[in-house]
Amino acid sequence: MATTETVQKVSALEAEKYRYGFTTEIEMDFAPKGLNEDIVRLISQKKEEPEWLLEWRLKAFRLWQDMPEPAWQKPDVPPIDYQDLYYYAAPKKKDGPKSLDEVDPKLLETYEKLGIPLKEQEVLAGVEGAPKVAVDAVFDSVSVATTYRKELESHGIVFCSISEAVKTHPELVKKYLGSVVPYSDNKHACLNSAVFTDGSFVYIPKGVRCPMELSTYFRINAQDTGQFERTLIVADEGSYVSYLEGCTAPMRDENQLHAAVVELITLDDAEIKYSTVQNWYPGDENGKGGIYNFVTKRAACRGRNSKVSWTQVETGSAITWKYPSCILQGDNSQGEFYSVAITNNRQEADTGTKMIHIGKNTRSRIISKGISAGRADQTYRGLVRVMPNADGARNFTQCDSLLIGDQCGAHTIPYIESRNPTAQLEHEATTSRISEDQLFYCLSRGIGEEEAVALIVNGFCKEVMQTLPMEFAVEAQKLIGISLEGSVG
Amino acid sequence: MSLLKIENLTAEVDGKEILKGLSLELNAGEVHAIMGPNGSGKSTLSYVLAGRDGYEVTGGSVTYDGKDLLAMAPEERACEGVFLAFQYPVELPGVANTTFLKHALNARRKYRGEPELDALEFVKAVRGKAKELNMPDDMLKRPVNVGFSGGEKKRNETLQMAVLEPTLAILDETDSGLDIDALKLVSEGVNALRKPDRAFLVITHYQRLLDYIVPDKVHVLSGGKIVKTGDKNLALELEKTGYAEFSGEAA
Ligand SMILES: Nc1ncnc2c1ncn2[C@@H]1O[C@H](COP(=O)(O)OP(=O)(O)OP(=O)(O)O)[C@@H](O)[C@H]1O
Ligand SMILES: [Mg+2]
Repeated sequence: MATTETVQKVSALEAEKYRYGFTTEIEMDFAPKGLNEDIVRLISQKKEEPEWLLEWRLKAFRLWQDMPEPAWQKPDVPPIDYQDLYYYAAPKKKDGPKSLDEVDPKLLETYEKLGIPLKEQEVLAGVEGAPKVAVDAVFDSVSVATTYRKELESHGIVFCSISEAVKTHPELVKKYLGSVVPYSDNKHACLNSAVFTDGSFVYIPKGVRCPMELSTYFRINAQDTGQFERTLIVADEGSYVSYLEGCTAPMRDENQLHAAVVELITLDDAEIKYSTVQNWYPGDENGKGGIYNFVTKRAACRGRNSKVSWTQVETGSAITWKYPSCILQGDNSQGEFYSVAITNNRQEADTGTKMIHIGKNTRSRIISKGISAGRADQTYRGLVRVMPNADGARNFTQCDSLLIGDQCGAHTIPYIESRNPTAQLEHEATTSRISEDQLFYCLSRGIGEEEAVALIVNGFCKEVMQTLPMEFAVEAQKLIGISLEGSVG
Repeated sequence: MSLLKIENLTAEVDGKEILKGLSLELNAGEVHAIMGPNGSGKSTLSYVLAGRDGYEVTGGSVTYDGKDLLAMAPEERACEGVFLAFQYPVELPGVANTTFLKHALNARRKYRGEPELDALEFVKAVRGKAKELNMPDDMLKRPVNVGFSGGEKKRNETLQMAVLEPTLAILDETDSGLDIDALKLVSEGVNALRKPDRAFLVITHYQRLLDYIVPDKVHVLSGGKIVKTGDKNLALELEKTGYAEFSGEAA
């Protein structure tokens, strides 16, 4: 009885369910639809890029044309009509805003609607005493606001759009761009290399501990605009930075392609903590619409004792294809991957990580929590590879799947390749369901069904949620509840 | 007026009739004990009252505080003041005890249109009550019932009751598995909660509990019905004679 009521209530809410589904009307400056060398040249020209970058883009484009789509993942990806997408769109403003006052009020309104009454709103509004969260807001393809730049600058930290970095720090960009994810890596990364329009660049100088969380909100706004963000973070010797990428997207009828590339580099004794809250539009309950999230994220722990920690909370997108990885080159370097992936309705996710142990005494830790509800399907795909010289390498992997209902699926596919006899590798996997007992126990305490599911799922994910920066943990907890609405019954 | 009035209640589980015309009346301020052989339907009654899915009421009525209890969703019953201390408390991995309690308490407050509780006040109140039950602070932070011993789980149920302050508390064998000291503490906890507008339905197998929580009435539930009702001395009698007298009725 209570269950059917809930189901009815939820289906009545249908259209409203994706709370963040709205469109901001700001005039866009489009390049024509479709992709060819001229478009690649146009993008490069609009961004006033140096010759070497144009050449790099063109090489990527030429390779991309003949590259096959990846086909080993579990979800069937419908053929993408690349000629039917826009590859360049920017808000129509002649010069970048010098301060927040110059930011289009519609944009600020957008942030409000995004439900970021989180500290960021204050930060964006420039409220005095607001917590220090620097936001490099990416509105469609061009960064429009960068805050706290001054304070960061005083530490020698560079935090800007990648286009800007190409101009202001060309030597750094040239040295590191594509050094972790070469343009030839895979079809999606290759496309990104050819047409990326924006994204963030971070450089933390030697010995500097970044005094605040760096955060970027990505949004897709113009219809049919593929998003090809490119993020590059370099942590020089002995430095530390925590970076958060979070995203929500407006409601859409057509599938949208999102093919981002993130490259992280840590030198000796440096550490990067990279957290993602991904909430792209997942499509409606029949799987109509929704974002294709095909992301290549990789970190190179080049230095001794360096460390990279990936945390992801993935609740959105129609199809997710994403494997944040660590190449552990430096001796004693460490890689961590903490993941919560939620798929509901018709969502599909094929996600996991790769830990490549090259240096001696390298350590990696993988904690993956997958939650599947409705008719959704998800796969954890994780590779742990130990190279012959990686004496004393260690990995611990824990993969837990939680199923809600009996029409969803969860799969765990670990690949373990050890070429060093001293390596110690542990793998644990569990699959469970939210039991009738647990639900009733909550109900009998007055906690409603949806809240109960959110509570139980948050409990299940606790180990991962704890690794999120405090400021975002609360938001992420709520998001888990929102994305599972209507999943019981 | 009675707080709880059960009339001729029949209910089945998986197509099997378990409650076969059960009637019982409980006034505010009273404590009633229910005793009876294993499998006679005591827990089934408690689940039916709490509204568990799969426990299908096929006849009769339950009036609680003047309202039709059976028409309410389980969470609504809880918010209306019905509390069930489980015979087998459930584990919730990763959900901290205090978090769970806070959600439960705020659900009630929301139901009554009251604002959410201040986090600090809440923690203070819970700590105080835990202390009375001799529960260490770390048990509040641990996930609900996970790794708790049998007795600790029962104490945790008692703590939830103390925090949620129900109008009607149903204790399903809360005394089972408690050591002598814990039994005293839990009983004291229950006695401290006794007041004129609150009632208890205490399901137990042991007369000993009733030395601590002195009941106004004792019912014998057998074969899905109340077959005998008496005062606290009935429990003493049962201690000697067992349930043989009623076994004929337990078909
Ligand atoms: N799902 C089910 N299918 C069939 N029979 C069931 C089911 N659940 C409970 N029963 C039966 O209902 C009867 C009553 O069970 P209940 O748990 O209410 O007994 P009880 O009086 O609480 O016993 P105890 O004193 O052992 O706790 C038992 O015979 C039990 O086997
Ligand atoms: Mg029982």
